[in-house]
Amino acid sequence: MSLFEYDFMIRALIGALVIGLAAPALGIYLVQRRLSLIGDGIGHVALTGVGVGLLLHHSPVISAVIVSAVGAVGIELIRQRGRTSGDLALALLFYGGIAGGVVLVGLSDDSSNANLMQYLFGSLITTSPQDLVVITVLGLAVLLAMTAFRPALFAVCNDEEYARVSGLPVRTLNILMAVTTAVTVTIAMRTVGLLLVSALMVVPVAAAQQVTRGFRSTMALAMVIGLGAAGAGVAVSAEIDTAPGATTVILALGAFVAISLGGGLVRAARKRAHQPGEVEPPDVVLQG
Amino acid sequence: MSVVDVRHLAVGYDGREILHDVSLAVPGGEVVAILGANGSGKSTLIRTILGLVPVARGEIDLFGTPQRRFRDWARVGYVPQRLGAGSGVPATVGEVVASGRLARRGIFRPPGAADRAAVRAALSKVGLLDRIDDPVATLSGGQQQRTLIARALAGRPDLLVLDEPTAGVDAASQEAFAAALGEFAAGGGTILLVAHELGPLRPLIDRAVVVHEGRIAHEGVPPEPAGHHAAPDHDHVHPHATPETDKICVSPTDRITARP
Repeated sequence: MSLFEYDFMIRALIGALVIGLAAPALGIYLVQRRLSLIGDGIGHVALTGVGVGLLLHHSPVISAVIVSAVGAVGIELIRQRGRTSGDLALALLFYGGIAGGVVLVGLSDDSSNANLMQYLFGSLITTSPQDLVVITVLGLAVLLAMTAFRPALFAVCNDEEYARVSGLPVRTLNILMAVTTAVTVTIAMRTVGLLLVSALMVVPVAAAQQVTRGFRSTMALAMVIGLGAAGAGVAVSAEIDTAPGATTVILALGAFVAISLGGGLVRAARKRAHQPGEVEPPDVVLQG
Repeated sequence: MSVVDVRHLAVGYDGREILHDVSLAVPGGEVVAILGANGSGKSTLIRTILGLVPVARGEIDLFGTPQRRFRDWARVGYVPQRLGAGSGVPATVGEVVASGRLARRGIFRPPGAADRAAVRAALSKVGLLDRIDDPVATLSGGQQQRTLIARALAGRPDLLVLDEPTAGVDAASQEAFAAALGEFAAGGGTILLVAHELGPLRPLIDRAVVVHEGRIAHEGVPPEPAGHHAAPDHDHVHPHATPETDKICVSPTDRITARP
């Protein structure tokens, strides 16, 4: 494809592929914990970090990582307390984050709307070589942490009390996950933008689990779907001149719909094939 | 040495005291049932022993070490009341049971052949080896409960702590459950379990402790069976105990009512 003769397109593609792989590897734990929308919330908080970076003439990526990590750890501490007011505290944090971001970006020298949009919806093709290094290093770190600690993270997300009784460092693992979420949100900000970050963490997992039976296979398939959607998203968006982030998310959603329908058809066909066989005995035997 | 030693324990939530001055010692190899009505504090007692609920007053020792300093959690196998709420992300029976190996292996070492062998052995003890690759969500309630005991057994613990393990479990699973616990006890394991009623677990129990309104109201031989377990054709298998002797029938304390 001629478009990939340009360096900026190659960079865009590599950045997208790293995020496509790393975001679902983290997202599966968030989905398992029923925290699918937490990435979205941390994305809101990260915008304040972007504002701080622009205001201080520092790299917005670094300040966004720091601010969103602080926000994510704060959210985790609220969650651990298990207070009923946690829900409201999260809402306050999220809206404070996005409002603070918009105000701070407005106060900075470079306060154009285009600049704000670039962080909200992604601007992959403006990825500089330095950005790409940051994205790749952090993305690989996320990927490594999420796969190396899979048994422990699975145990914590599946049954936190059991994990505590097993003597696992549950609090540390939760903080690790919070910080990793913040890092993933921030590096994905260049690809899909802060408002669509959560989609890349959640949609590939939702698509994969339509047809998988285990946690490991779900994680592997979700990463394949994320990778495919991100790669195809860059290529398609360049071809038809659309926003790469939104195109990637649409493609991932398309994969979800296709896999759901396909899985449903396969299950229906399998059921029909099994129909003439004997009826399975019931699990519950009533004793008189 | 007691495996579990609770001395003058008091526990409270939000200023309301739930357990008052509870003392309980479980020697190694004993099978102890904690009985009581709903709200009596029996689950709070074992959750406090496990460190899931903070101690207000009193002391807890596990294997001779104060609970606060206890680190050898691989020696403790915990079987919660039910599998954590299904999240939508599928997990196989084998994956859930493999979590039971983490206490022994630690979080940094990847699972090896010994871990896989222990998972298979634990699943065959509860009769679910053929379901190892099935998603846990497709299992019946009783089979899920057996998965949880397999998870605890996979870590090869010395003490099993079970919270209402047979509540709402079908009869076939209850029998499989009792067999797995019997084998564990016969191997010298210590069991502390909370139950509303004992059912097929009754023949395993060496001592029953009845918790009533946050205090230990009765301690001694397990209450006589009631219902179909009292029927003359019911075969009480007790794999490791002394032959049963005739006893005076005590009131069925596993059905004690919450009454002042």
